[in-house]
Amino acid sequence: MKQYETVIGLEVHVELATKTKIFCGCSTAFGGAPNSHTCPVCTGMPGSLPVLNKKVVEYAVAVGLATNCTITKNCKFDRKNYFYPDNPQNYQISQLYLPICRNGGIEIETEAGGKKTIGIREIHMEEDAGKLVHDEWGENSLVDFNRSGVPLIEIVSEPDMRSAEEVIAYLEKLRMIIQYLGASDCKLQEGSMRADVNLSVREAGAEEFGTRTEMKNLNSFKAISRAIEGERERQIDLIEAGEKVIQETRRWDDEKEYSYAMRSKEDAQDYRYFPEPDLVPVLISDEWLEEIKAAQPEFQSEKMERYQTEFGLPEYDAGIITSNKHLADIFEQTNAICNSPKKVSNWLMVETMRLLKEEDMDVEEIRFSPENLAKLIKLTEEKVINSSVAKEVFEKIFHEDIDPESYVEEKGLKTVSDDGALRSTIEKIVAENPKSVEDYKSGKKKAIGFLVGQTMKAMQGKADPGMVNQILAEILDA
Amino acid sequence: MSLLGLTAVEAGKKIKASEVSVEEAVKEALTAIEKKEEKVNSFVTVDREGALKRAKEVQKGIEEGRYQGPLAGVPVAIKDNMCTEGLLTTCSSKILGNFIPTFSSEAVRNLERAGAVILGKTNMDEFAMGSTTETSFFGATKNPWNTEHVPGGSSGGSCAAVAAEECFYALGSDTGGSIRQPSSFCGVTGLKPTYGTVSRYGLIAYGSSLDQIGPVAKDVTDCAVILETIASHDKKDSTSVKREDYDFTSALKDDVKGLKIGIPRDYFGEGLDGDVKEAVLNAAKELEKKGAVLEEFDLSLVEYAIPAYYVIACAEASSNLARFDGVKYGYRTGEYDGLHSMYKKSRSEGFGAEVKRRIMLGSFVLSSGYYDAYYLKALRTKALIKQAFDKAFETYDVILGPAAPTTAPKLGESLSDPIKMYLGDIYTISVNLAGLPGISVPCGLDKKGLPIGVQLIGNCFEEKKIIRAAYAYEQTREFLHCTLAD
Repeated sequence: MKQYETVIGLEVHVELATKTKIFCGCSTAFGGAPNSHTCPVCTGMPGSLPVLNKKVVEYAVAVGLATNCTITKNCKFDRKNYFYPDNPQNYQISQLYLPICRNGGIEIETEAGGKKTIGIREIHMEEDAGKLVHDEWGENSLVDFNRSGVPLIEIVSEPDMRSAEEVIAYLEKLRMIIQYLGASDCKLQEGSMRADVNLSVREAGAEEFGTRTEMKNLNSFKAISRAIEGERERQIDLIEAGEKVIQETRRWDDEKEYSYAMRSKEDAQDYRYFPEPDLVPVLISDEWLEEIKAAQPEFQSEKMERYQTEFGLPEYDAGIITSNKHLADIFEQTNAICNSPKKVSNWLMVETMRLLKEEDMDVEEIRFSPENLAKLIKLTEEKVINSSVAKEVFEKIFHEDIDPESYVEEKGLKTVSDDGALRSTIEKIVAENPKSVEDYKSGKKKAIGFLVGQTMKAMQGKADPGMVNQILAEILDA
Repeated sequence: MSLLGLTAVEAGKKIKASEVSVEEAVKEALTAIEKKEEKVNSFVTVDREGALKRAKEVQKGIEEGRYQGPLAGVPVAIKDNMCTEGLLTTCSSKILGNFIPTFSSEAVRNLERAGAVILGKTNMDEFAMGSTTETSFFGATKNPWNTEHVPGGSSGGSCAAVAAEECFYALGSDTGGSIRQPSSFCGVTGLKPTYGTVSRYGLIAYGSSLDQIGPVAKDVTDCAVILETIASHDKKDSTSVKREDYDFTSALKDDVKGLKIGIPRDYFGEGLDGDVKEAVLNAAKELEKKGAVLEEFDLSLVEYAIPAYYVIACAEASSNLARFDGVKYGYRTGEYDGLHSMYKKSRSEGFGAEVKRRIMLGSFVLSSGYYDAYYLKALRTKALIKQAFDKAFETYDVILGPAAPTTAPKLGESLSDPIKMYLGDIYTISVNLAGLPGISVPCGLDKKGLPIGVQLIGNCFEEKKIIRAAYAYEQTREFLHCTLAD
């Protein structure tokens, strides 16, 4: 069988985290009552005119700088004309001829452990459309324009990726950069980050690209991986069968794990792009560019280094914690309160990761407050609770963000370090377990473990294990 | 002479002096409208109740000192492509036949802040596409000078209403001559400001890069006063310009000594009616008598202005008018089968022939494979035309020529031959392409007794120069009342 190479390029839409829409002052907040965040501009009423939100330009430039793009200092908006009811003007304001960023790229780590640069052809700004809501009882569709005019950037990569792994690595890197910038929360499930996959296959070693298809409706990394595998196989099957791959747009159905043709190139729409006459060119002065550069945050590599030097974290830990801006933020905020970097890092790396995995949650979904984690660490440092109780309390913090101090108080989870109370419990345990005592005395020193366990059980886990060991040894060796 | 024979400024003075109440002025206008509309058809909507109610408010405002400007209490008519909150705004189209805006255009708001009373909305060519006001869904407007003739267009309703003395002044819009040409045909004074001077917010767009709102009035003084009132830097319109000067009335001086006036030979060639030519050149001579310096020159590129204009304006229009689809407002067809059928039928039934022609032309020039050949070339032509004007204004303060090659044609004559109609815009269109200010001032009548207008064109942001020249010329002639004015 012939060897095939997959060639993949991505178009990634990212919803920017501005408070207001791209061309009007309406809120971008998610989840308002239908059409509650609208005005004549974002509903395309006659006579209304767009006014560009400066923050959108700043975010787009920031992403461009962070992805090594050239910034177009005199960029323009264009109109993309097409009829659809979620598009109130029947044109979308976008950028075709002079997009704000061009010719960039980011480095990813390949599976083999090497490094590879994925080129970014361009980044352009545009407005989102509204949402159609289909009436379940009637034949009508309703339109909610709350999303209409929400700012987006579209990041168009070069066809530089060769596998699903590279695609995911690219998306993760892109997401990390954008989250570090605070330009977007990049949630695939909620649609604030959307990726369309352009894929073709060719015989290994071939110079020419094969015919590509574009796949839409991919709303998780897993769906993207599956869609890439599925489409690769579909195209190879066609080629092997002597058929041709048709240039078309396909919709991925993740449940059926199959893609369906939406429209072919032949019936692709002519968008009749032309310069948007209602907006003036965006001039990005050197001063403005410098301001945006100066406001760029500390990125992962810098943060990772600082965590090693400033907090003495091992490289591995620093790498994991900085791999996500949200996680790094929790780390820094928690440590700012309790000042024990290694402990904070351990809670995040071990227990937090375990619970995320158990609950099938994303790092972004971590909701507990740094204050409560810091309090928990303080409780363990002051030996108010022991480590097994601490784990139990942390689960509560992770799920419900409880205040560990009052929780420990209410539930009576404090470690019992009262010598008298411990001693009487231990004496009782020793009396009840003559066999173990005999074993211990006859040299099987390991038997003490059982007695410690019984004591902890009797104390409902709240005993200081060090003290239990010490007192037991005293009694047994007496 | 009736009250409505007064200019807006004169009427404003009488109101301020309490010689006439705002209500009286409004009632007189409404009576005139009632009497003349059957013959002229200048209005799509007359807001009788609203105007009378507003008259009382404004009267109170004047008495309390809230409205002190020269236009306080003076009734005005607004072209029906400017949004007026709560008042039908149709663009003279079936597709917007039921459209009531939720906000007012900035120019209208500026007038209202100055105490204006809106009488109603004036007829126009559908979506401002036309030069005769015959493409209106609500029937053609007639020229008050001779009702067998057109008033010009597209602001024909505004110009006819002023000429017929149904209102004291009006607002029009000018994309390719739509204020100046009908002003010329109706014997009134109309000014198209520099692009960016008056906010386009609330103006239902035809060709966004060319559209500009301006005054239509009885004389130059009114035009300057109205412009001073409606011009503003508006953050809601990204193409609105913050100007250094808004004191247009300071240019109302009878002094043109040393003013250099360029007369483009290209504007006096083939196709120009003899009577028009004579009247316009006579106007130039009057200015010369007052000390202006006349000089003929070649502007060049004039013949390219019309194709460039129709490519750019129609391209923009094809996109601007896409929103009229029957989904959220306006006309929706009665029966349809699915979304595309609704789009198709609503638009096919809702738009008139001229609008469809321009949407198709615009869609064609933007379509893939033709963009460079038509649209880009038109943009380059536009840039060259601007350069030709820049060069001319290195030498001249003002350029003088006719506003239109002929006087008003008869009703029905133009629509049969759209190319001929398009050619009628030859002297006005390049002014829009270059973003310049232009004014049309009445300068006589032709042998049939129809008005002729002389056009004065200024460099960008130099309205004051054309206002000064127009004002000085105006002092040399008698004001002409048309028969329907009485």
